[in-house]
Amino acid sequence: MIMFISTFLSGLVRFRRGSWEMLATVLIAMGVVMLMQPFLLVLYSYSFIVTLVGTVMFIIVSHFPE
Amino acid sequence: MTYSPIDRAAAKTPDGVARRIRGLSDRTIAWIFVAPTIFLLLAVNIFPLIWTIRLSFTNFRVNRPNNAVEWVGLRNYERILTDPDVWNTMQATAHFLIWTITLQVLIGFTLAYLINKKFRGNDLWTTIIVFPMMLSPAVVGNFWTFLYQPQIGLFNYVVAFFTGVDPASFSMIGDVHLAPWAIVIADTWMWTPFVMLICLAGLRSIPDSIYEAAECDRASKWRQFWTITIPMALPFLMLAVLFRGIENFKMFDLVVQLTGGGPGNTTTLTSIDLKREAFEKWRTGYSSAYAVILFVTVFGLASIYVKALNKVKER
Repeated sequence: MIMFISTFLSGLVRFRRGSWEMLATVLIAMGVVMLMQPFLLVLYSYSFIVTLVGTVMFIIVSHFPE
Repeated sequence: MTYSPIDRAAAKTPDGVARRIRGLSDRTIAWIFVAPTIFLLLAVNIFPLIWTIRLSFTNFRVNRPNNAVEWVGLRNYERILTDPDVWNTMQATAHFLIWTITLQVLIGFTLAYLINKKFRGNDLWTTIIVFPMMLSPAVVGNFWTFLYQPQIGLFNYVVAFFTGVDPASFSMIGDVHLAPWAIVIADTWMWTPFVMLICLAGLRSIPDSIYEAAECDRASKWRQFWTITIPMALPFLMLAVLFRGIENFKMFDLVVQLTGGGPGNTTTLTSIDLKREAFEKWRTGYSSAYAVILFVTVFGLASIYVKALNKVKER
């Protein structure tokens, strides 16, 4: 687990595709869950911006080196 | 000597044009061939997308083309993202998505696992199971509307046979609690074969030698299933989930035929709500913002799908 976190963080710092793509994927997934959850209207309100940030990030970071 | 149509066309080409074509580089010729497709893509996909994004910031109504169009900024987005009715629609879509995908994956994988065993009539059963997928959603919608009829519908009689309740005492498409399940059942019936086919492809791609090696190591069938079958079929299962997820997020035709979004708004999925806003209430700017929200969500999911697909290819 610690190894995974350390690899992930070092990937983020060195602008590596894997880590950034993972972050973008998590943001998109979070946005979709926030959009469709039945608990808090405020989460629904911020869902679009989270998905949009994740999607735009995904497009940009897919051009980063491996 | 016979000439092919290409030779005849070349002979008829005027000398000036022929000389000019001969002077073109391979790259230019490639562009000439690709240009019509690019033009069509721009005209049919990219331009409407950009125009929709532009309209989403206005109060434009397509049924009042002579009215002045005002720039409203993010007001349309704000309205959608604070509207409890739209939120309910999203929840109805989530209910539909979660249950259809869960049922389709469970039943589809089980069917694929059974079909993958070699038995007599294997191909015939595959064809029979795949049959619902070949029907039009409009036909399936009408077909299930009849099946769900409280007085004459076969579905109610089957439920009555197993539970003992009066078949006329409940209506699958008229009850607010049952209607969301009615669309889940119809979609599951129609699209489980698709998931089954993808899972079958995954199961058939597992080499027999792996199972033979496991047999030599005295691994039980249960252990073989969890340590060989599931991990090796997982990328295909994941693909099936993403395919169905993206498709069901856009589900329209089947549900419109079956329930029309009712009773009340219990089965109004986002695509149905969007169509009402755009072509019944004629709120073009508002519905454009709605469409952009759905587009970004589906595009985000599609990005994950492409990433998963690349991982499958790497394997």
